[in-house]
Amino acid sequence: MVVVHTMAELKVVANNPEHAGSAREPALIAQVQRGQNELFYELVRPYERRVYAAALAILRNESDAEDVAQEAMLKALAHIRQFRAEARFSTWLIQITVNEALMRRRRERTAMMEAIDDRRDEESEYTPRDFADWREIPSEALERKEVRQKLAEALASLDRKYREVFVLRDMEQLNIQETAEALGISVASVKTRLLRARLMLRDLLAGGWEQGWFSRLPFEKGTKPW
Amino acid sequence: MVNERTVNCETVWREISNYVDGEVEAGLRAAMDAHFRSCKRCASVLAGTQNVVRLYSDERMLEAPAGFSHRLEKRLAAGSRAPGRKWSTWAAWLVPVAALLLLAVGLRWASVEQGAHRLLSPHAQPGDKIPPDLQVVVAGDSKVFHLASCGLIEGKTNLRAMTAKEAIAAGFVPCVKCMRKYLESARRRAGPETETEAEVVEEMEQRGR
Repeated sequence: MVVVHTMAELKVVANNPEHAGSAREPALIAQVQRGQNELFYELVRPYERRVYAAALAILRNESDAEDVAQEAMLKALAHIRQFRAEARFSTWLIQITVNEALMRRRRERTAMMEAIDDRRDEESEYTPRDFADWREIPSEALERKEVRQKLAEALASLDRKYREVFVLRDMEQLNIQETAEALGISVASVKTRLLRARLMLRDLLAGGWEQGWFSRLPFEKGTKPW
Repeated sequence: MVNERTVNCETVWREISNYVDGEVEAGLRAAMDAHFRSCKRCASVLAGTQNVVRLYSDERMLEAPAGFSHRLEKRLAAGSRAPGRKWSTWAAWLVPVAALLLLAVGLRWASVEQGAHRLLSPHAQPGDKIPPDLQVVVAGDSKVFHLASCGLIEGKTNLRAMTAKEAIAAGFVPCVKCMRKYLESARRRAGPETETEAEVVEEMEQRGR
């Protein structure tokens, strides 16, 4: 039995795909490093959606995200001998992807646009909204495409700096330090942005409840009002 | 008696993300736990934040466009077959270096072969078998030297007489008409494989066809 004490531990146990494929992964890595390139797709297949999601979080364009995801995979293949076993393969892959996506965005955006994004206020305190009636969205609701769609829309509505940190930390399962290194920002900035991203998403989803987004979901009334 | 630490709502909101990640020290965690028990609003914020983290960290939230896997697999297959992908950087340099080496060897070989190969044009036959002291004539701007009796210099002006050695040294080549016997005797002396001028011309015509 696995005992979890925090949300972070729960996430790792419940949602990390590496638990399913970790037994064969070291052998696959070694084989590809020895030149068996045809096994590379098998190696990265468990992470392909995570790679795509990381690219999409930064680029916000599906076509660019797919192209960058493919480029990142090819780059990972080309540099597979540089991968060291002390790192998680998935983290290494995501970091390559983030780097590729950031380079693509820098090529396509002017420095002025970047500066405007970065100038937005991040220092002031964020006050979470007070909701009279809101209930927890159960994980089972994710079976429904419209729920996933609403969650994706809420995420896409966040400012770039919050969205990137949230995706890398909460969806890609990078830790705070890895997220900071991947994005080239400080640990303190990661924590600040992550806090705000989580609170804003909480407010967006709560607001969605009030607007009837989830009204057809089979919740038990009054089980967990926010 | 130990004074229990207390926190207000603003502190809870500022630390709630660290709390969810299990990254607050024990004293603060205890104070926040106590606060959640007494503050409905902060309990709601905590539940909502945990809900957000749980939902978005679910694998089902990682969606890719239709056909993404197939296109990725194809591109990786193409990329992994591409020469050089699996080579190290220094090894990749071998390709252009080897190509240059081959080119240099080829050029050298061609140069040697060219020297040993018979010249196909009768007009380009060297005059080295012609007696050096033979008296020859050059006419006008022509690059050819003749015997004085050659019909090809009839009616030409500005004729100059010199020895064959002088003419060859000056860059003139022998006339294939009047110097034929010297050119053919030179070919005969070169060996049985040597073709006659007529054979050379015939071969050239066949190639043209």
